[in-house]
Amino acid sequence: MDHNGHIPGPGTRALGKPKARPLSPHMQIWRWTITMAASITHRATGVALAGGMLFLVWWLIAAASGPDAYAVFARVADHPVGKVILFGLLWSLAFHLLNGVRHLAWDLGYGFNMPTSRLTAALVYVLSVLIAAGTFAIGLIVRGGLGL
Amino acid sequence: MKDTRLRTPLSRIEGLGSAKSGTAHFWQQRVTAVALVPLSVWFVASALAYVGAEQGAVAAFFAEPAEAILMFLFIVAAIHHMSLGLQVIIEDYIHQEGMKLTLLILNRFGCWGIGATAGFALLKLAVGAPA
Repeated sequence: MDHNGHIPGPGTRALGKPKARPLSPHMQIWRWTITMAASITHRATGVALAGGMLFLVWWLIAAASGPDAYAVFARVADHPVGKVILFGLLWSLAFHLLNGVRHLAWDLGYGFNMPTSRLTAALVYVLSVLIAAGTFAIGLIVRGGLGL
Repeated sequence: MKDTRLRTPLSRIEGLGSAKSGTAHFWQQRVTAVALVPLSVWFVASALAYVGAEQGAVAAFFAEPAEAILMFLFIVAAIHHMSLGLQVIIEDYIHQEGMKLTLLILNRFGCWGIGATAGFALLKLAVGAPA
């Protein structure tokens, strides 16, 4: 280490300042593209679904514990906040599933060129919203039909 | 004597050994993903039919052998897939070694703790005394 605290390395002259080498752009510098957005959304929806597992486990425990415990779960799930969470989880699942299939296709060597990647990314966004909205609507109809 | 090993000189001086199970994580992530495509569609379709239903109806659903087995498979595949995914996120964003190790262990404990809880509830619904 020299007196400036620099460790000579591949990017450093033996006794001088570090060479000013070009740095790779990072998150705040790259122009956003739909393929980037799909990539980070896949990760975010995965984390959301991990949180959703807690909700699923609560549902099972409530069902296994009896009518009183189940009524508490049902009240939370039926509350506007519960509905927003459930819709978010439905969309997360639809997105993660569709984009997951996109990843599996890539693994098999299909659809990896840029135009196709952009098209399938857009499709995943549109279809996931439609599927989530449709499924949620069916849920509301079922709920109204059976009553609570 | 001629060195017939396939490892590169860099790999040898780094002394980390061969990767051996290097593709295991990737493969398990894909296999669980393939399983989760039909299982999650089945799960949403099933859960949808019981929106607003009474506890007894839900319990009766999981008392059916086929439904209990499918739900068990869904839980195991989802928990395994989730623990692999969260592991990659921790490895990508946490660079401090001690914190990374702690979170990786907590991730496994947490995921399988949730999985065991779900499995127990399911077992109770499937073979337990009728509530």
